[in-house]
Amino acid sequence: MITLLVNGETRRVDAEPETPLLWVIRDSLGMCGTKFGCGAALCGACTVHLDGEPVRSCSTPVSAAAGRKITTIEAVGATPVGRRCREAWAELDVPQCGYCQAGQIMSAAALLARKPQPTDADIDEAMAGNICRCGTYPRIRAAIHRAAGRGGA
Amino acid sequence: MEPRGVPSRREFLKTGAALGGGLVLGVALPDRPGHAAAATATTAMPNAWVKIGSDDTVTIICARSEMGQGVYTALPTLVAEELEVDLARVRVEIAPVGAVYINALLGGQITGGSTSVVEGYDKLRIAGAQARTMLVAAAAERWGVDASACRAQQGVVHGPAGQKASYGSLADAASRLPAPKDVKLKEHKDCRYIGKPMNRLDSAAKIDGSAEYGIDVRLPGMLYAALAQCPVIGGKPVNFDAARAKSMPGVKHVVQIPDGVAVVADSWWRAKAARDALVVTWDEGAGRTLDSGGIARGLKAAAARPGAVIRKQGDVDEALRSAAKTLQAEYELPFLAHATMEPMNFTADVRSDSCLVYGATQFQQLAAAVAAQVTGLKPEQVTVRTTFLGGGFGRRIDVDYVAQAVEISKAIGGGPVKLLWTREDDMTHDFYRPASYHQLSGALDAEGRPVALKFHLTSPSVTSRLFPPVVKEGIDPFMTEAGAVPYAIPHQLADVVIHDTGLRVGYWRSVSHALNSFAYESFMDEMAVAAGKDPFEFRRALLDAQPRLKRVLELAAEKAGWGRPLPAGRGRGIALMEGYGTAMAQVAEVEVSGRSIRVHRIVVAADPGRMVNPNIVRQQLEGSIIYGLSAVLYGEVTLKDGRVEQTNFHDYPVLRMPDSPAVEMHIVDSTEKPAGIGEPGTALVGPAVANAVFATTGQRLRSLPLRPA
Repeated sequence: MITLLVNGETRRVDAEPETPLLWVIRDSLGMCGTKFGCGAALCGACTVHLDGEPVRSCSTPVSAAAGRKITTIEAVGATPVGRRCREAWAELDVPQCGYCQAGQIMSAAALLARKPQPTDADIDEAMAGNICRCGTYPRIRAAIHRAAGRGGA
Repeated sequence: MEPRGVPSRREFLKTGAALGGGLVLGVALPDRPGHAAAATATTAMPNAWVKIGSDDTVTIICARSEMGQGVYTALPTLVAEELEVDLARVRVEIAPVGAVYINALLGGQITGGSTSVVEGYDKLRIAGAQARTMLVAAAAERWGVDASACRAQQGVVHGPAGQKASYGSLADAASRLPAPKDVKLKEHKDCRYIGKPMNRLDSAAKIDGSAEYGIDVRLPGMLYAALAQCPVIGGKPVNFDAARAKSMPGVKHVVQIPDGVAVVADSWWRAKAARDALVVTWDEGAGRTLDSGGIARGLKAAAARPGAVIRKQGDVDEALRSAAKTLQAEYELPFLAHATMEPMNFTADVRSDSCLVYGATQFQQLAAAVAAQVTGLKPEQVTVRTTFLGGGFGRRIDVDYVAQAVEISKAIGGGPVKLLWTREDDMTHDFYRPASYHQLSGALDAEGRPVALKFHLTSPSVTSRLFPPVVKEGIDPFMTEAGAVPYAIPHQLADVVIHDTGLRVGYWRSVSHALNSFAYESFMDEMAVAAGKDPFEFRRALLDAQPRLKRVLELAAEKAGWGRPLPAGRGRGIALMEGYGTAMAQVAEVEVSGRSIRVHRIVVAADPGRMVNPNIVRQQLEGSIIYGLSAVLYGEVTLKDGRVEQTNFHDYPVLRMPDSPAVEMHIVDSTEKPAGIGEPGTALVGPAVANAVFATTGQRLRSLPLRPA
């Protein structure tokens, strides 16, 4: 058994230590907001926060997450930047199919936590690992700027 | 080499007949409008589209799959407008399989072809108005007044003496009334929602992680499956050694199905790990020798065959012989994968007398049909539940993975199983966008005016596989889209050759528009250059009979600053097309450095007719262009030894945020009937960018993806 701290709760799961965190979150814990896209840290759909840092949960063994604070899309709205992202995403209707958006929001929230007023270049750098096939990039960029605008300098 | 199940799907579909360019499937459908069977005393359905609870909740049935294109909002908007309810408060349910939910333009319960709004525009407004009329009639009856003295507003009927009755209190009585035959629809100026940029109804769930996609389906007792498929599409398992796989943690079953060998476990990761430990011997089948070089040579050889004519006017050959100047060019497009963000998956629960299939599909009827076929159950014993789709783009019209999930559930003795493909499975077992080979010839008169245009397309046909009766006399109507240009060129001949390359093909966003517009609009540019004319003016002079197209061409050119100087190293290209009833022009502004193309800006002008939701129209326009740009700059599926060589996003790159251009949209205010907007942008960005690369470098790139030397 592995003990995890997920969204503020302690959870015990039965999984091999090399199991990617993604599948523990989705199948063992039943939180399906975090998505599987590529299994190889190429698309960003599975992004979660480990101690506030964005990581690709499809390529992070669950053993590496033990003892660290795991935050998923289900709870990121409880943080100030996460809440601002969700509001901006909703106001601008960013999602189309929506499948990648959990990962996009997690990457954006981590960016804003680190850099409250990101430039376009900062956004490019922080978001380059998150693919969207529907082409929502312009709205994602606008939503990040909007969320930043509400955060104070 | 055909995918498993196709002969019987053909059997299933062969009663179909083309009607008005659409498809009619001769299918007996279970007659289950809405969820009537599940209705409780507290819910009533005035018709198949509206469900009203005694607690005043209003649920609108959406009969198309939500794959990003916004039908989950746009279609209920049409109903809500006439029903007189608060759009922001309606609930939406995706329809079950039912005859009433068939897409009349496609003849099946299919989401595709940018038809959803076009097909639903009148039908759903009428449904809303009928339900409202019945609610008003029920109130009038209750109060003993004339219905014409009552009015409905925001879910409440108001009577002449100040009476009020909520829809919830009237729904049961209303549902017993006959549906009115004639209802009057609102004038456009009186609409509260139609034509307004309303927010999407699915955004909230897609932002907080609660939206259910196929991959998120969870049923009590559900197991998880991973499937080993032959690396050569169409190959079959001969035998396998599962000793190691069976010893791995959580593994419950290892079963052979027609498409491969499945491992079923108590979590997907465990199933996948054990799948990777299987040793399978394959009969690779006829596809084992396929390779990209041979396919390209085969297409060119097939092009020597005479084509089936789709347009003939004047005498092209004579015009070419006698013209002042002639030119010829060939264009080639590669196979492409759909690469939806959500890899293919489906959940099936086979029981002795029922089968549930649950997941993301664009074609509920076909999902039900394959489930019935695999299980031997009657169609009415099959239930289809549709989730949100993590992208469709045409891939989810095919149901290979549905059949596989049903096969697996059946093989383990029944019960719920979720089959999920890896990205690698998805990339290497797609139904690919057809490769194509286009030969064009043109002639100019002494003044540089085009007098002749000849177009010869050779490509595989998707429709020949999915809807064979629709292909008639060598013409697949979904291969010849944009196959005739709108320009006033007196002598024209366009014809097509269907050539099966051996690799299975599928519909891919914008379907053949992308193939044909790339060839045509590149060649129009070449003719303009040969004529020594400006590419915009050259086209514009040929559009006097096409006012909608002329208008968008002029609008795009004006907004893009056509003709104005650009920084060194940058150039502009223009392209024009009508697709799905939408007139569209795009101007691309690019920069080329070495072998790399940077697209800075796309200016698009479109006339999509009347808009139901301009917010979603803009999403679709922008997104369709970005989707298309991935194909233009990077997309290519190649084969070696029968295997698709691309496996994941490292070798099948797609556009990412830093490379995504600004898309400037200019939408013509139109009172024309609604047209499709989800696809034409995908097609037209190709020639716009290719023409811009020529303007920048002088290199005419005639194949995709664009690779400057």
